[in-house]
Amino acid sequence: MAQYIIRRILIAIPVILGVTILNFFIINLAPGNPVDMYVNPSATPQQIAMEKHALGLDQPIIIQYFHWLGQLIQGNLGFSYSTREPVTSLITSHIGPTMLLMGISLIIGYLIAIPLGIISARKQNSWVDYLTTGFSFFGVSVPHFFLGLGVIYLFATKVLLFPTGGMNTLGGSGSFSDLFVHLILPVAVLSTGIAGNMIRYVRSSMLDVLGKDYLRTAKAKGLRQFIITNKHALRNALIPIITVIGIDIPMLIGGAIVTEQVFQWPGLGLLTIQSISSRDYSTLMGINLIAAIAVLLANLLTDIFYAVADPRIRYE
Amino acid sequence: MEVKNLKKYYPIKKGIISKTVGYVKAVDDVSFSIYPGETVGLVGESGCGKSTTGRSLVRLEDPTSGQVIFEGKDLASISKKEMRELRTDLQIIFQDPYSSLNPRKRIGDLLAEPLLAHKLASKAEAAEKVNHILETVGLSKHYKNRYPHEFSGGQRQRIGIARALMLHPKLIICDEPVSALDVSIQAQVLNLLKDLQKEFNLTYIFIAHGLGAVKYISDRITVMYLGKIMEMAKTKEIFEHPMHPYTEILLNAYPVPNPHMRDREQIVVEGDVPSPAHPPKGCVFHTRCPFAKDICREKVPELNGTDHLIACHFPLSQ
Amino acid sequence: MGELLKVDKIKTEFKTDKGMVTSVDEVSFDLKEGETICLVGESGCGKSVTSLSIMHLLDKNGSVTHGSILLNGKELVNMSEAEMRKVRGNEISMIFQEPMTSLNPVLTIGDQLTEGIRLHMGYSKKEARDYAVEMLKKVGIPRAEGIVDDYPHRLSGGMRQRVMIAMALSCKPKLLIADEPTTALDVTIQAQILKLMKGLRSESKTAIILITHDLGVVAEMADKVAVMYAGQVVEETDVFTLFDNPKHPYTLGLMKSIPHITNPDDMRLESIPGSVPSVYNMPKGCRFYDRCPFAMKRCLEEKPELRPIEDKKSHSIRCFLYEKEEREFEEKKQDEKEVLS
Ligand SMILES: Nc1ncnc2c1ncn2[C@@H]1O[C@H](COP(=O)(O)OP(=O)(O)OP(=O)(O)O)[C@@H](O)[C@H]1O
Ligand SMILES: Nc1ncnc2c1ncn2[C@@H]1O[C@H](COP(=O)(O)OP(=O)(O)OP(=O)(O)O)[C@@H](O)[C@H]1O
Ligand SMILES: [Mg+2]
Ligand SMILES: [Mg+2]
Repeated sequence: MAQYIIRRILIAIPVILGVTILNFFIINLAPGNPVDMYVNPSATPQQIAMEKHALGLDQPIIIQYFHWLGQLIQGNLGFSYSTREPVTSLITSHIGPTMLLMGISLIIGYLIAIPLGIISARKQNSWVDYLTTGFSFFGVSVPHFFLGLGVIYLFATKVLLFPTGGMNTLGGSGSFSDLFVHLILPVAVLSTGIAGNMIRYVRSSMLDVLGKDYLRTAKAKGLRQFIITNKHALRNALIPIITVIGIDIPMLIGGAIVTEQVFQWPGLGLLTIQSISSRDYSTLMGINLIAAIAVLLANLLTDIFYAVADPRIRYE
Repeated sequence: MEVKNLKKYYPIKKGIISKTVGYVKAVDDVSFSIYPGETVGLVGESGCGKSTTGRSLVRLEDPTSGQVIFEGKDLASISKKEMRELRTDLQIIFQDPYSSLNPRKRIGDLLAEPLLAHKLASKAEAAEKVNHILETVGLSKHYKNRYPHEFSGGQRQRIGIARALMLHPKLIICDEPVSALDVSIQAQVLNLLKDLQKEFNLTYIFIAHGLGAVKYISDRITVMYLGKIMEMAKTKEIFEHPMHPYTEILLNAYPVPNPHMRDREQIVVEGDVPSPAHPPKGCVFHTRCPFAKDICREKVPELNGTDHLIACHFPLSQ
Repeated sequence: MGELLKVDKIKTEFKTDKGMVTSVDEVSFDLKEGETICLVGESGCGKSVTSLSIMHLLDKNGSVTHGSILLNGKELVNMSEAEMRKVRGNEISMIFQEPMTSLNPVLTIGDQLTEGIRLHMGYSKKEARDYAVEMLKKVGIPRAEGIVDDYPHRLSGGMRQRVMIAMALSCKPKLLIADEPTTALDVTIQAQILKLMKGLRSESKTAIILITHDLGVVAEMADKVAVMYAGQVVEETDVFTLFDNPKHPYTLGLMKSIPHITNPDDMRLESIPGSVPSVYNMPKGCRFYDRCPFAMKRCLEEKPELRPIEDKKSHSIRCFLYEKEEREFEEKKQDEKEVLS
């Protein structure tokens, strides 16, 4: 197993290198120039050229890439073109809020989805099933921005229950309860989507497993339905779901761009949007790189989880 | 038809770059001959390579090495085009009458298809032929406008047989043609196969799990174990004077439908069939053979004999 | 020996898209302690449904609508799920046809074995595990101590079926239902399993309902046999009578149509023409009517009952031929034999 993991990590290195190349060139090929965005509109061409020179943007693109890569290896992602802050510190300051928001949303989403999916499969074609599938359909199909704006309108402007956005009240104490109140609406929106998606998979996987011979064996032993469902069936049903979780995990890092934007949540998603609109390429590249690493890590974790959950794979 | 040193190995692939780490020796050095008009039965436990042998004989599987000589041509090495021409002489009937017929085609079209594909008949002639063949296998010619799902298992197997007969083949490989059928239907199909053989002078290779059916239909029987032939002889010989310990044990393992014989002496062989990816050294049967001696663990026994072939260092004496 | 199980005229129905379907109709048989009954019949005749009806393991859309099933005098048909759980695995246990899929792939063998032991016998974890190892040894599994911690996929089909048997017998049930336990196995492995079952049977005095469609297995294992056709028992008697003197035309046909290695060389198989009627379209009268060589007008309209033949109480048969016309039929058979010879 350890050998397998090491091999997977070694394979990941060229993949990441490939990602940096694509990332760098595509962004640099995009029209527009970061310098145009933040120099004074009345600046003379000489001033612009000087700025470019200062940022190293006048060099050939290959040189720029290797320069960037060299810095990267030293753990330096460069400086933001727009705020001049180091990209690393920008990312570290935004990653916390994203992980907090996404982590809570994922956990709540799964806590809702797994039991509902099981019940829905156990009681197929009952009203519980219809209600659950209805909710799942809602969660999957209603766009997050719409749901987000909807709850803001209802619970933050009509009924002043929650703040409209942000992570803390400006100038507030930064207390835990303040953070909690700010979390509720975005978490509700995100976990609805996550749960809606997950319910579908849990339900169909569970339905598949419930028809299996070994469950009849378990029942023939005289076990209670609760044990049959939650020990014998669930463990098998969760195996295909690991893939779905593996796809969800990178969101922990990448954030939910739309939802963060709607709620002005100071996470990586918001940072992404801001750096796109200000053509802050160095920040954007940093974020993309982090996201790519997150996807690779999630894939590795998925494989490990598979082996843990399914002895047939473990012994391969 | 003559089969010489036929081998079929399936590579076992592993890892991301699909490195071949070993081979499943599905068929390992099999030689035998089949004479026109006879039925050769192929028996053995699951996974011993019966189907693979059958499929290799008609090039549904490309053999790893060896020769299959049919009317002077080596089927194992001729081109695809030549093989297509020979297809009319060589047909195969599959085990599963449910999945081997295209569900979206009418029976009539299904049966006429090979004739038209080989340009052996005009549409009208083909239709005439279909009527005739359907009646030969005991189905009404009015069935030809129906779809496969409208038939019972036994009827579908008859359609499978009809399809194989359409091109007037010389040799038919029957791969477990009755295993999926109800017991009361099996006899219908076995009798049909027997009658057709007489009528058209067909040669059969009959693959089956059940020794009863094989005995009923075969002139000679080949006993296989782990990709190798253990014993081959006339049906009567095999049943009355089995010489290979494996044959003896196999025959003995079949429950006898006579309750008065239930307390008979029975040798029950211990253990399971080893994996064909790691067959034992020497005689492949030595791990389960009650008579195994040192030489059996080292030296592979040759298939010897003229009429009664056997691969064993210590054949059972009579 | 006392009567253990009495199945009396049960009828099992399934709700399907095409309406109610009767899979098992008026099935009756009884079983004494330590006795083995074989249910034989072709695919779809209701053997599995009969056994699942006894265990209350039918799919949700199916239920026993008539008749009674008495286990030691206790009625099982209307028993609650909670009571039934105490019966399953404890008084009656079951082995299934497919050893490859009947064990849970993600739980260890030991885990699956001890579950029932701890539930019904109240053993501690440690005791249950030791007992599980002992059971595994009893069913002839080599390296039992290692195997308990292993997962099912590492075992061959024959070994898994042994595990199933160990599991089924661990709580010393009075009745074991084995639904085609050897159909999916090779003959050499089948011989091993049958031998094992015979040994355990004589040791434990467990009664067995053995479902099979192989008359060889019947001859090998049964004390009594119930032959089923299209959801009904058509003949029930002891195994010797069944093979020496079968009466029902279906049983006769079945015996003659099965190729066996002990058959004489030149014997031609007699096949039963036609095929089993569909559950959606059951004949009104006798269900074997359109395939029966001795069918009479009466068989088309009236339903024959399962009745003992006059003199012998232990031989029951569902056929009009044996009511008044019995002698006539025997004569006919005699004639036929003469014609043949
Ligand atoms: N396409 C394939 N790839 C890899 N291995 C294969 C393939 N086909 C067959 N095998 C292996 O070759 C061996 C022989 O298979 P084959 O199907 O010929 O057995 P058989 O005697 O027909 O068995 P059965 O009685 O179950 O039909 C088996 O171990 C099987 O797992
Ligand atoms: N859940 C179900 N819904 C509807 N019909 C069913 C259901 N289960 C079984 N049946 C029907 O009941 C009949 C009897 O089935 P059963 O499984 O008892 O046959 P069997 O005798 O065990 O056959 P086999 O030898 O193939 O196992 C079949 O016609 C089947 O279609
Ligand atoms: Mg095969
Ligand atoms: Mg069944």
